[in-house]
Amino acid sequence: MSRNGPLALAFHAIFVVFILAPIVVVCAVAFTPESYLSLPTKGFSLRWFKAIWNYPEFLRAFRDSLWLAALSSTIAIGLAVPAALAIARYRFLGREAITALFLSPLMIPHVVLGIAFLRFFSQIGLSGSFLGLILSHIIVVLPFALRLVLAASYGIDQRIEHAAISLGANSFVTFRRVTLPLIMPGVVSGWVLAFINSFDEVTMTVFIASPSTTTLPVRLFLYIQDNIDPLVSSVSASLILMTAVVMIVLDRLFGLDRLFLGSAKS
Amino acid sequence: MTANPKLAPLLLSGPALLVFIGLVIAPLVMTALLSFYDWGQYKGIVAEFTVKNWHEVLVDDYYYEIFGRTLRIALFVTLIAVLIGVPEAYILNRMTPRWRGVFLLVVIGPLLISVVARTLGWALLFGSTGLIGQALLTLGLTREPVDLMFTETGVIIALTHVLVPFMVLAVLAALQRLNSDVENAAMSLGAPAFTVWRRVVLPQIIPGVLSGSVIVFALAASAFATPAIIGGRRLKVAATLAYDEFLNTLNWPLGAAIAMILLVALIAIIVGSNRLIERRYAQVFE
Repeated sequence: MSRNGPLALAFHAIFVVFILAPIVVVCAVAFTPESYLSLPTKGFSLRWFKAIWNYPEFLRAFRDSLWLAALSSTIAIGLAVPAALAIARYRFLGREAITALFLSPLMIPHVVLGIAFLRFFSQIGLSGSFLGLILSHIIVVLPFALRLVLAASYGIDQRIEHAAISLGANSFVTFRRVTLPLIMPGVVSGWVLAFINSFDEVTMTVFIASPSTTTLPVRLFLYIQDNIDPLVSSVSASLILMTAVVMIVLDRLFGLDRLFLGSAKS
Repeated sequence: MTANPKLAPLLLSGPALLVFIGLVIAPLVMTALLSFYDWGQYKGIVAEFTVKNWHEVLVDDYYYEIFGRTLRIALFVTLIAVLIGVPEAYILNRMTPRWRGVFLLVVIGPLLISVVARTLGWALLFGSTGLIGQALLTLGLTREPVDLMFTETGVIIALTHVLVPFMVLAVLAALQRLNSDVENAAMSLGAPAFTVWRRVVLPQIIPGVLSGSVIVFALAASAFATPAIIGGRRLKVAATLAYDEFLNTLNWPLGAAIAMILLVALIAIIVGSNRLIERRYAQVFE
């Protein structure tokens, strides 16, 4: 393994500072005692974290975000697993077109998706509903789930399945006892990536959320547009700290680079 | 599963296909149609065919300026992401596995953090009382307090921060496909480190750089939350313009036309450059 020179390490240090600076600043402001934005500060206080409890709309948005992410990524994975198996092992007419369609939400700007859903939901009477949020989030997160399940499905040795069938297992038993366990790493990491993408989604959701059903990032965004105070810092810092924990767990389980490069660790 | 090979793929992908036809194609078609509807301040949306929204967006200087700014910001963000992301990926790749693991978490991890939280950090750093302004004043680099809020420079810095991990990821993937023996061969033949990098490494990772650039450019050109927070209402880009038309002005047909332009332009750029990369560097992908 070749080593980096001092110049490379200096560049690396600056790069890391650039990446971490805004994140650290958010956390630092969250712990300030003053009632206005003040850095550098003299004190240390948790008052802004306590203040979150006086804003039930943030807590409600957080709860709704968790439900939305859990439901939409679960439904998305339920749709993605059979679709991935179809794409990975059959050569059929329109296979490439279908794959491109399923991955298209990665290419369509989320602003455009938000506008399209706003128009669509207002026409069919779903605007501002939680169901509308779930439907739209299924679309946005499905490509992430599909890519990871697909990567896992390509790696399966189909002879194992043939063996199960020749031993008398029907196709459902084969799927449940042989195929599913084999693609499980892809299914789990696909679900996790889908969950995170749903939880963080703001651009599309801001178009279709209503004041009564909204997500935490949207609530935070709308609040920041009006004023920036230590309260939004403490909400953001809580988000960052939670994400950091999830991040470390994910890195241990799957490896972050693999998760993002779209191939499951098996 | 040895079901009927004709019917099985249809049954397996059928549910997802139905969902996508109903929830992607239908809404997009409806939005495309909406962009040809008429709109008036008092009459609202009227289902009468007109090209006036398209005409307005394509001819009016106001929209020209905003689309031009969006393009300029996206190009700068992509350029800076290449300039800092490529060396960083190279450095990460040369680290020992333990350190690489740690710094991958630092560099790629922020992708998991909400864009709103990350952009808030820049909003706190910018501004006349922000740390950047204070530091520049204290160091004597500027006389006036520097305020990067509501400036294009500010949007570019914050967007680069949000998007550069994608560049690092793309280049890292290309670097990991490299055969380090070739690098060692060049060095053993007496090439200095920089020559090895320029003549051996760089040509092989260009496809990674290009695909990273496409991702960063597409995301920068359609970015919403970051330009909305840092740029505010004063510095509109295409995405925030569409948002204003939909949720403030309520001129949905005009907003739909803006969205369609953004969609068509981006898909043309993404598909076009992917084709180009694949054709030009076909051998690298094999």
